[in-house]
Amino acid sequence: MATYLEFIQQNEDRDGVRFSWNVWPSSRLEATRMVVPLACLLTPLKERPDLPPVQYEPVLCSRPTCKAVLNPLCQVDYRAKLWACNFCFQRNQFPPAYGGISEVNQPAELMPQFSTIEYMIQRGAQSPLIFLYVVDTCLEEDDLQALKESLQMSLSLLPPDALVGLITFGRMVQVHELSCEGISKSYVFRGTKDLTAKQIQDMLGLTKPAVPMQQARPAQPQEHPFVSSRFLQPLHKIDMNLTDLLGELQRDPWPVTQGKRPLRSTGVALSIAVGLLEGTFPNTGARIMLFTGGPPTQGPGMVVGDELKIPIRSWHDIEKDNARFMKKATKHYEMLANRTAANGHCIDIYACALDQTGLLEMKCCANLTGGYMVMGDSFNTSLFKQTFQRIFTKDFNGDFRMAFGATLDVKTSRELKIAGAIGPCVSLNVKGPCVSENELGVGGTSQWKICGLDPTSTLGIYFEVVNQHNAPIPQGGRGAIQFVTHYQHSSTQRRIRVTTIARNWADAQTQLRHIEAAFDQEAAAVLMARLGVFRAESEEGPDVLRWLDRQLIRLCQKFGQYNKEDPASFRLSDSFSLYPQFMFHLRRSPFLQVFNNSPDESSYYRHHFARQDLTQSLIMIQPILYSYSFHGPPEPVLLDSSSILADRILLMDTFFQIVIYLGETIAQWRKAGYQDMPEYENFRHLLQAPLDDAQEILQARFPMPRYINTEHGGSQARFLLSKVNPSQTHNNLYAWGQETGAPILTDDVSLQVFMDHLKKLAVSSAC
Amino acid sequence: MNVNQSIPPVPPFGQPQPVYPGYHQSSYSGQSGSTAPTIPYGAYNGPVPGYQQTPPQGISRAPPSSGAPPASTAQAACGQVAYGQFGQGDVQNGPSSAVQMQRLPGSQPFGSPLAPVGNQPAVLQPYGPPPTSAQVTAQLAGMQISSAVAPAPPSSELGYGPPTSLASASGSFPNSGLYGSYPQGQASPVSQAQGHPGIQTPQRSAPSQASSFTPPASGGPRLPSVTGPLLPGQGFGAPSVSQPNHVSSPPPQALPPGTQMTGLLGPPPPMHSPQQPGYQPQQNGSFGSARGPQPNYGSPYPAAPTFGSQPGLPQPLPPKRLDPDAIPSPIQVIEDDRNNRGTEPFVTGVRGQVPPLVTTNFLVKDQGNASPRYIRCTSYNIPCTSDMAKQAQVPLAAVIKPLARLPPDEASPYVVDHGESGPLRCNRCKAYMCPFMQFIEGGRRFQCCFCSCINDVPPQYFQHLDHTGKRVDAYDRPELSLGSYEFLATVDYCKNNKFPSPPAFIFMIDVSYNAIRTGLVRLLCEELKSLLDFLPREGGAEESAIRVGFVTYNKVLHFYNVKSSLAQPQMMVVSDVADMFVPLLDGFLVNVNESRAVITSLLDQIPEMFADTRETETVFVPVIQAGIEALKAAECAGKLFLFHTSLPIAEAPGKLKNRDDRKLINTDKEKTLFQPQTGAYQTLAKECVAQGCCIDLFLFPNQYVDVATLSVVPQLTGGSVYKYACFQVENDQERFLSDLRRNVQKVVAFDAVMRVRTSTGIRAVDFFGAFYMSNTTDVELAGLDGDKTVTVEFKHDDRLNEESGALLQCALLYTSCAGQRRLRIHNLALNCCTQLADLYRNCETDTLINYMAKFAYRGVLNSPVKAVRDTLITQCAQILACYRKNCASPSSAGQLILPECMKLLPVYLNCVLKSDVLQPGAEVTTDDRAYVRQLVTSMDVAETNVFFYPRLLPLTKSPIESTTEPPAVRASEERLSNGDIYLLENGLNLFLWVGASVQQGVVQSLFSVSSFSQITSGLSVLPVLDNPLSKKVQGLIDSLRAQRSRYMKLIVVKQEDKLEMLFKHFLVEDKSLSGGASYVDFLCHMHKEIRQLLS
Repeated sequence: MATYLEFIQQNEDRDGVRFSWNVWPSSRLEATRMVVPLACLLTPLKERPDLPPVQYEPVLCSRPTCKAVLNPLCQVDYRAKLWACNFCFQRNQFPPAYGGISEVNQPAELMPQFSTIEYMIQRGAQSPLIFLYVVDTCLEEDDLQALKESLQMSLSLLPPDALVGLITFGRMVQVHELSCEGISKSYVFRGTKDLTAKQIQDMLGLTKPAVPMQQARPAQPQEHPFVSSRFLQPLHKIDMNLTDLLGELQRDPWPVTQGKRPLRSTGVALSIAVGLLEGTFPNTGARIMLFTGGPPTQGPGMVVGDELKIPIRSWHDIEKDNARFMKKATKHYEMLANRTAANGHCIDIYACALDQTGLLEMKCCANLTGGYMVMGDSFNTSLFKQTFQRIFTKDFNGDFRMAFGATLDVKTSRELKIAGAIGPCVSLNVKGPCVSENELGVGGTSQWKICGLDPTSTLGIYFEVVNQHNAPIPQGGRGAIQFVTHYQHSSTQRRIRVTTIARNWADAQTQLRHIEAAFDQEAAAVLMARLGVFRAESEEGPDVLRWLDRQLIRLCQKFGQYNKEDPASFRLSDSFSLYPQFMFHLRRSPFLQVFNNSPDESSYYRHHFARQDLTQSLIMIQPILYSYSFHGPPEPVLLDSSSILADRILLMDTFFQIVIYLGETIAQWRKAGYQDMPEYENFRHLLQAPLDDAQEILQARFPMPRYINTEHGGSQARFLLSKVNPSQTHNNLYAWGQETGAPILTDDVSLQVFMDHLKKLAVSSAC
Repeated sequence: MNVNQSIPPVPPFGQPQPVYPGYHQSSYSGQSGSTAPTIPYGAYNGPVPGYQQTPPQGISRAPPSSGAPPASTAQAACGQVAYGQFGQGDVQNGPSSAVQMQRLPGSQPFGSPLAPVGNQPAVLQPYGPPPTSAQVTAQLAGMQISSAVAPAPPSSELGYGPPTSLASASGSFPNSGLYGSYPQGQASPVSQAQGHPGIQTPQRSAPSQASSFTPPASGGPRLPSVTGPLLPGQGFGAPSVSQPNHVSSPPPQALPPGTQMTGLLGPPPPMHSPQQPGYQPQQNGSFGSARGPQPNYGSPYPAAPTFGSQPGLPQPLPPKRLDPDAIPSPIQVIEDDRNNRGTEPFVTGVRGQVPPLVTTNFLVKDQGNASPRYIRCTSYNIPCTSDMAKQAQVPLAAVIKPLARLPPDEASPYVVDHGESGPLRCNRCKAYMCPFMQFIEGGRRFQCCFCSCINDVPPQYFQHLDHTGKRVDAYDRPELSLGSYEFLATVDYCKNNKFPSPPAFIFMIDVSYNAIRTGLVRLLCEELKSLLDFLPREGGAEESAIRVGFVTYNKVLHFYNVKSSLAQPQMMVVSDVADMFVPLLDGFLVNVNESRAVITSLLDQIPEMFADTRETETVFVPVIQAGIEALKAAECAGKLFLFHTSLPIAEAPGKLKNRDDRKLINTDKEKTLFQPQTGAYQTLAKECVAQGCCIDLFLFPNQYVDVATLSVVPQLTGGSVYKYACFQVENDQERFLSDLRRNVQKVVAFDAVMRVRTSTGIRAVDFFGAFYMSNTTDVELAGLDGDKTVTVEFKHDDRLNEESGALLQCALLYTSCAGQRRLRIHNLALNCCTQLADLYRNCETDTLINYMAKFAYRGVLNSPVKAVRDTLITQCAQILACYRKNCASPSSAGQLILPECMKLLPVYLNCVLKSDVLQPGAEVTTDDRAYVRQLVTSMDVAETNVFFYPRLLPLTKSPIESTTEPPAVRASEERLSNGDIYLLENGLNLFLWVGASVQQGVVQSLFSVSSFSQITSGLSVLPVLDNPLSKKVQGLIDSLRAQRSRYMKLIVVKQEDKLEMLFKHFLVEDKSLSGGASYVDFLCHMHKEIRQLLS
């Protein structure tokens, strides 16, 4: 391995893991002084086309509290057919099937290149995937029409044996029975009444069959599909029915008087969806897909009243503690989310409306269950349509890029303990010897449940070094972590992916350089950002910023090279050089700044931030800016106002938006129509280039970004202007005296000012 | 009293007069004051007491003045003159009475022969004739019934003969005749003011109608045999007397018995109260003398004890038993009334006329008072004071059927539109403009006839008055000239100040296992497909404005979206029965024509969808709640048709448990069987009423369903309950479908409020029927149809004035089935009297029974059944005792004397006492009792009449060719001949009884089998055969069914067959298995009670 960069990249490609530190400080005290915790970003289902799953089951350590999986790091005694667990040092006998094992005849899991390996489990009944559509009918006619079409389209994308169900809601909630011929049946619930799971199941008539089932327990798995057959049907059976049913969906018929919002019972609808699945298919992969076109306005989980004159809560209201429904609603959805998670189902939220839809309150449904959250202006936009379509894309094997009901089990060697995880997961509350008492993110457990995940779902997992300073680890010692992910593959198989990684320990006092060099500032930035965002969910914004700042300053103090009290002397090594800049943009990002964002938007952004992998997360923190000009090929440029030049076209990718910005001159040229003139074909190509690149990004990304095509002076240029570093503002424009770049009308500090302050604070001995 | 009076006149005019005066004075006191009789007047002041005194004085009844309407004053004149007038009066009556005359003849079989002739000639008219029935009975002699008039028994004899002649002669007498009441009617014109006097007198005499029974002397043959009377005559004049004839008789008496009478008369003055005078004459009826009788009497009594034990069989032992033929016969009374009054239209222009019996077919001409089809009263002459009323114990009640259906030849009420200002009303009491309002000051103001408040006439309503003080447009305006009419209501009369939308019908069908298994659901769905074309529509509307909706349910509810734009209906299941709501808005209630295809498809599919249901549990309250919610959402009133099969035991509001416990019968806890199990049902009903949601409940129980509880909601919302126990399509389809059709098609009013206003002096205090009341005056009816009746009881709260009478105005505010808000007004004016005899002469027993049954049936909710029965008996005894004491001529205690108008009271009352509710037989289920109880609550007079005293029609007695209904026979086994076939109906049941020795030919032509033994017992359909007998019977059955609001299922019963027990239950004159007394026994018992009261 030539450089740490390559090492990091290689590890990421193989294991889907990025550590903040790739050489670990060997004592607890030193580790805390490193400021950035030892942590990693784990993409449990990272796509590995080169990794065919093995068709057998993993070999587990026999110690009941350990149960680690046999891995390449284990010491194996081929003669005695024994292996030693590298986590608990338990010596284990190989199972009989491994009788022929030898140095030359190793099972895959012992080979170093299989530090990540996937097992396929044949046992157990395979239950089909379940898709339960929960559809809001309080939509405008064209919106509803578009949504209906999307839904109908999605039927063609689902696996034919998948079970599908349909719940529609408005003022009432209707659970549609799909099996019937002729007359279409649905069970209707009042939208204002909170029902317990038991009540819901009683009312849907789901409890009766349970009685005979208990008597005939052995037959239970077989009977399962029939239990709920009325509401969840194999797609191939009711394809036509359902298509018709969707086609006939009408807008909620209850009159909405002037000055009122339609009554929308999202809370009850979700509750019923959850209850339905809970009663019929617990612990099987199921996806509840909530399509909503506005805020819940009645019943449990209502976010705003139906009086239009009272607007939906804003950040301002929340700060003033003036959002009267928020707490109750949040509690309702949290309760649902937890139940859903406990059953291994996930909830997607597709919210398309011009105003807020209550994502703030509902966010936990998606966040805790690993569901998707999609926000758009209307169902009748390509943004929604394509995003939705993209959910059903398939991988190289022709399998859906989705997995269900995963549990992530983390095992560590003794020097480490698990502090917590941040990502689309819930704690399974499994206490074990390797669980730290200090929590970062969702802690107190070594197992998490991730009910829905896809190949990019990424968790931040935080560790604590517990090795005491006075118990040094022998030179060359390695710490190991094993991630065991049980999940239901989209092909309905149960699978287990095991990733075992090891890193060197280093004494921070003597080998600080090593540790420093092995710092992964990108991963660190994302991991810190996740911590910050996690805190921001529960704390006041300024506190989080202060905390971030302090961490940054401490990090600079620790790893910077400088003379005391001399800001000018401050230097950071290469492995740290970008980190302050990430932090600068993070501070300005919508994840921590709520200004100009609605609570829903904040929730939406944070949701995605907490589940995307490193690359995407970085884009979110610090958008990428490409510049197109006649002067050469497109090049990435600084996210800085100075990059905004008249003769350039800029393409900015913030993950959520793709902005194409034509500089002043370019815009004028285009207006003059040069692109249509044959002699200026190159201009046409120039104009086309960013469009093509944007298209490429649009194709690949989920959720589909908002696509913005603007030009100098255009109103939409604000998307760009608000992101770039305001190096030129109305305050310093003339001071700089340059013609280049565009001034930004803002009082925000620029990166330069930020860095100056940072240097000053870092070198100050006062801190 | 009447009786007495009548008599007096007869003999010596002069003499009688004295008596009268007393009367008059009392009544006229004020006016008469001036007159000579003065003294008496003075006495007046004191109401009753005064009377008594006066009489002695022998003041003549001036009343006579009858001549002039204003009479009152005139009357003062004097007796004799008066008499003369009287005569005149009669004459006057005569003319008007023409009708009466006719009746007379008809009145009684026997009377007819003789009477007709005599009477007619006699100007007298009415009087004469009336006698008939009474007499007859009298003759019966079992108990001799002597008409109160009781012109002496002898008279009776004479009476018969004489009546006619006499009548003619005396003229006046006739009047006095039986139907005093009639005369009155005629008289009325005159009378009003005081014409009464003149007329009245006669009438009064009429009262004599009372009939007295003496123990059976020798079993007289039947009534019909006029001859009978003669016999009685022998026995006693009594018989004849008894009857109205007396009237006639009186006169006659006057002649022959005259002696007696006179003698009596003489005495009377002295002793008795004024009434007495009249009485005495009767008594002279000396009925008492009716010698024979008394003795018998005694014997009967003893019999009484035996009472219970007595075998139903008529019995030979003459001494102990009364001859059934001798006691008043309902059949006879009905027949007489039919003959007397069925031919001429009943003109309502005159105050206080007693209408013909409900069993009589007659035409009504509305000339200012509501038709008796709308309102019937227990008495058309009510006592002026509450003391009198208390003394008489005759309940003052009106049976109101605001939306009664009229025969095709009577016009339904005109609709009056007073424009935006709405109907014209009195400012103070809010009474609506009616013919009794008095316009004054040249028409600029009017004085309210109810509260006397003077109101301005709004300019747009102004009209000049003619010389009589009548508005010149009186005859152009229904509200000024008719007793019944409608106003268009303005928006002020609407809920929420919004005109209502057309109402809706929601069909709610039980689809639990039972309903499916019996085939009910399939049958019903099939029927609905065509039935929906016949929803009620208003006037000439092309299609009904009523929208329909469908719900099926078992443990959960299924709503159906049948919007016309759908290809297939949509079903929406609501299982949240604890908190019911309606899951859809659009498409639930639809126009039948627009959504026909979808509805048809739905009705096709419902039976299929639930064909293999295993759900046996049902809910009930949530179903109705759903209906309410649906109507609420649609902002309209409406009706729910509930088809329900079982006790609602599913977990839901209103869940019931089986609490049927026969052990409770005859205990103090028996009442709990009639009370609802939980209060939830009442609460629910209240909500229904608030929304104008009427519930019709069709029950198809296999076992106990707790009708008492389930019927609470229909009952309080003005709905109906139908019960088809052990429903099977083959057997009950016809009945169910027919009921359903009729129910769906009938015109209904929704969201109604009824208010009964009265003129000062009386007040409506109690209401019976299917409705809800949230305060003490407004009767709230979520729905009201033409079969529903509200019985209203009145009490005095002040003294009434004879001159102004008493007025009733029943105003019904409702939403028509086309969604129009309207007010229907019925007005009725009654006479007031100061003499009890007037009261007794103007009573209607059928109405009385209607009231008493309802009163008793409500009583069982709160008191032990035994107490209720005792109350009834006591009240009845008091009524009759009061009559006996105050109105009948003195006679031996052994004689039972009944007022002519009430001579059927005992027999009818006995029927009420024996009814299933008050005296259940072993085979009567708790549900049946509760069912009947609630049915009776809203029955009208005609229904209660036949319900309590079933009609028994011999089919083979009359010639096949005759097209009329065969004359009924009395409901007693001894009237059945085993060679005949009979049809029995009581409004709910229809039996065909086949005697064991019926001719084979008859069997063949009716049943198409060769012998009696081959007839299937329990058969419910007769084969349709092409022979005259079969056609005739079928036709008769059809016509009987057509008369009743519910389809009567036919049951063929063979003599000596098991089923015969069931049949015998309806032979109400016999002793019943459950311990009910026979008519004869009960009569004796009654007599004993009365005697006790008198002594």
